[in-house]
Amino acid sequence: MAKILHKEKLSADVYLMRVHAPLIVEERKAGQFIILQTDEEYGERIPLTIADASEEDDSITLIFQVVGKTTTELSRFNVGDDLPVLVGPLGLPTHIKNFGKVVCVGGGIGVAPLHPIAHALKAAGNEVTTIIGARNKELIILEKEMETIADKLIICTDDGSYGRKALVTEPLEELCKDEATKPDMVIAIGPPIMMKFCSLTTKPYNVFTQVSLNTIMVDGTGMCGGCRVNVGDEVKFVCVEGPEFDGHLVDFDNMMARLSSYKGIEEEAAHKCYVDKEFEAKVEETK
Amino acid sequence: MSHLTQAEISEQVKIIFDDIFNRTEPLKKKEQLKIPPQMMPAQDENIRRHNLDEVAVGYSVEQARVEAMRCIQCAKPSCIADCPVEINIPGFILSIAENDFQNAIDIIKETSLLPSICGRVCPQETQCQISCATGLFNKDVDKAVAIGRLERFVADWEREQGTIVPPEVKPETGKKVAIVGSGPAGLVVAADVRREGHEVTVFEAFHKLGGVMRYGIPEFRLPNSIIDQEVSTLEKMGVKFQKNYVVGRTRKLLDLMKKDNFDSIFIGTGAGLPMFMGIEGENLVGVFSANEYLTRANLMKAYDEEHSDTPFYHSKNVAVLGGGNVAMDSARMAVRLGAENVYVVYRRTEKEMPARVEEVAHAKEEGIQFLFLQNAKSIKGNEKGRVTGMECLRYELGEPDDSGRRRPVVIEGSEFMLELDTVIVAIGNGSNPLVSQTTPELVVNKWGNLIVDEKMKTSVDGVYAGGDIVLGAATVILAMGEGRKAAAAINEFLINSN
Ligand SMILES: Cc1cc2nc3c(=O)[nH]c(=O)nc-3n(C[C@H](O)[C@H](O)[C@H](O)COP(=O)(O)OP(=O)(O)OC[C@H]3O[C@@H](n4cnc5c(N)ncnc54)[C@H](O)[C@@H]3O)c2cc1C
Ligand SMILES: Cc1cc2nc3c(=O)[nH]c(=O)nc-3n(C[C@H](O)[C@H](O)[C@H](O)COP(=O)(O)OP(=O)(O)OC[C@H]3O[C@@H](n4cnc5c(N)ncnc54)[C@H](O)[C@@H]3O)c2cc1C
Ligand code: SF4
Ligand code: SF4
Ligand code: FES
Repeated sequence: MAKILHKEKLSADVYLMRVHAPLIVEERKAGQFIILQTDEEYGERIPLTIADASEEDDSITLIFQVVGKTTTELSRFNVGDDLPVLVGPLGLPTHIKNFGKVVCVGGGIGVAPLHPIAHALKAAGNEVTTIIGARNKELIILEKEMETIADKLIICTDDGSYGRKALVTEPLEELCKDEATKPDMVIAIGPPIMMKFCSLTTKPYNVFTQVSLNTIMVDGTGMCGGCRVNVGDEVKFVCVEGPEFDGHLVDFDNMMARLSSYKGIEEEAAHKCYVDKEFEAKVEETK
Repeated sequence: MSHLTQAEISEQVKIIFDDIFNRTEPLKKKEQLKIPPQMMPAQDENIRRHNLDEVAVGYSVEQARVEAMRCIQCAKPSCIADCPVEINIPGFILSIAENDFQNAIDIIKETSLLPSICGRVCPQETQCQISCATGLFNKDVDKAVAIGRLERFVADWEREQGTIVPPEVKPETGKKVAIVGSGPAGLVVAADVRREGHEVTVFEAFHKLGGVMRYGIPEFRLPNSIIDQEVSTLEKMGVKFQKNYVVGRTRKLLDLMKKDNFDSIFIGTGAGLPMFMGIEGENLVGVFSANEYLTRANLMKAYDEEHSDTPFYHSKNVAVLGGGNVAMDSARMAVRLGAENVYVVYRRTEKEMPARVEEVAHAKEEGIQFLFLQNAKSIKGNEKGRVTGMECLRYELGEPDDSGRRRPVVIEGSEFMLELDTVIVAIGNGSNPLVSQTTPELVVNKWGNLIVDEKMKTSVDGVYAGGDIVLGAATVILAMGEGRKAAAAINEFLINSN
């Protein structure tokens, strides 16, 4: 049982919750995640990144977007309620060191998991440029928090309602092109399609690019293999060997297909995530 | 397997029962050996294909007592030596014959802690029943005394009486023992260590207890209520359970000693690392490890579509790769989840299949199609990355290999396609590396199994291990046997460590 200490709506369908979890606070490192259930008998187990942790009230921060059944139920929990199942921290922590110049790219809800990583990279002495992308102004989260960490913050919206009217790959490419700003490492977290194109963008410049994969999971301990992805010639289990991998080696197309494993054929056609479709079309356009 | 209905079975047994137990003269050995083996009554296959209720319903009192009379009370019983925990088999069987079921269960409990589970899932035909004198006399291991079924019978009898008394616990010693994993190995250690008065906490990664018995072996073979019963007995003894706790992540293993003051640790984390074939197409949508498939079905209750949130993969044509119990469970679960055609694809012949004979027979009755001497070459998918079929190869048996089994050899050019939407890979499990990876002090072999000494002690003082994490994927009873050994060593270690 884990008590909810704080709840806040960050944007249209994004919530922030702080949850009492002293053991997780003690052990967790940037890049790790938890698995929770909203119902012990019948609930699905869903992974969420630990966006932050506070030793003051022994809480971890979760930031989630309402996309389906479990995230909808979670959004109905209130301060004082207990989460019946919360387990973590899971996954390997991000490899933090002084790379030199790093660029952190966050798309949509991906800014949440990116935040503790950017924080840790800055603390390790890196020069941090952050690029935040969202469909429109309303969907931008954690702008202030990122601003205080980053040496430079670039905001892009698809519709130009805030910051640059661009996809995150545009400023990323500009930074890579210029020897003076060329990053030593890029970390991209967001929708799979965004991570795919960020990886494609940095590849010609040989810039090491890490991505954080959000595959479907069950146990989170390496038991089920549901989270497996192709990385180079190998099959990796995201929950125990990830969630971060070299973006230049990840088979994103297979991963995206696997993410839609459980969608009915019709639903798949109707749903075909709006963001993904648009992103793909726009990238093609700008090529 | 014959197809007698439950009513027919009970009619038949009545006649034999009256004949045996209404005599004045005791039965001669020869007569005993000729009593027909008692069939296990089972749910009708056309009904059970659509439910998750237990398939084998269990013996009636008459059947149990008749079956018990088939044991000739050998002077040197081979059955005892063949049981990993050496249950006094003729002893408990005699009590059943004499209608003293309480005594029978008491005898079993001297050595075994989970009889209602072992009676159901032990591979008896390769253990206690393999060289039973009655079976040898009848020249058929299937005609051995049904030791497992009798064991199950008395354990169920006791549960139904509601008279289970938790074992006595000695006065508190103040010593603390941590148990990692709530599978059969962990549960047995919990009971044996707690009995000595030590404080015991079981840490489990999942939100439910029981290990593979809960998330792997399906309800129709081992009802969850039985595991709940065992757990509740432990709770009554004062064993604490900490669920949703991944040792190695939530806490480093040795921090349990350093930070939380546990005096000793038992590791029973099992064999939870699904193996794949390494063939083309194995990551397509619709290819599952048996672990994922069964976990969603059992633990996450996918069968209960109305209530469960776990996504349900609707399958029509399913192939299961493998020939063990895990493969049988996956195939039989697929039938129950609504698949129309379920194939078990196995490289060798039926004779070499490691699955229990009874499971294979049940699977056949349920309409599962066995493709022997065939194997997957690659899995094919459509443009959406979903499984559409599997290319298979035919095999023939060649020269015997090191193990004496004739090695299957590919027949060149024998490729053919199987149209499918789902493939379940059930070719085995490796050891779960999570604990050893986060505890560099632990020594493992090249398969990642923890290395222990003859007292089940690992390379770290005070830390013991047993079950599948040591043995590789094995059985419930072997896990239990190792647990008992480890518990004895832990109890000894705690006495000596003041
Ligand atoms: C390591 C990791 C960290 C994550 N961190 C966060 C986070 O910090 N905040 C956040 O909002 N989300 C995060 N996710 C994604 C989150 O787990 C899913 O959004 C969630 O499982 C959806 O559950 P649902 O029942 O609400 O949706 P469902 O009803 O199950 O599905 C709704 C839609 O979400 C997709 N989906 C289902 N499961 C996942 C999944 N595991 N990952 C991505 N998409 C999925 C489905 O394809 C479907 O389109 C993370 C995922 C992983 C693996
Ligand atoms: C589908 C299937 C069918 C089977 N059928 C039979 C059968 O008919 N007869 C038979 O005898 N055997 C059968 N077996 C094998 C049998 O179930 C196992 O040999 C037995 O359960 C092993 O027991 P164990 O205690 O070693 O581990 P497990 O039962 O595997 O339990 C290990 C437990 O530890 C937990 N765990 C793992 N890592 C951690 C961690 N880091 N922290 C906390 N907890 C952790 C796991 O979640 C799990 O609950 C079957 C196995 C499967 C998969
Ligand atoms: S525990 Fe298993 S092997 Fe031993 S007697 Fe019972 S069924 Fe046979
Ligand atoms: S070997 Fe068979 S007949 Fe002999 S004591 Fe054991 S169960 Fe009875
Ligand atoms: S979530 Fe099950 S193996 Fe990764």
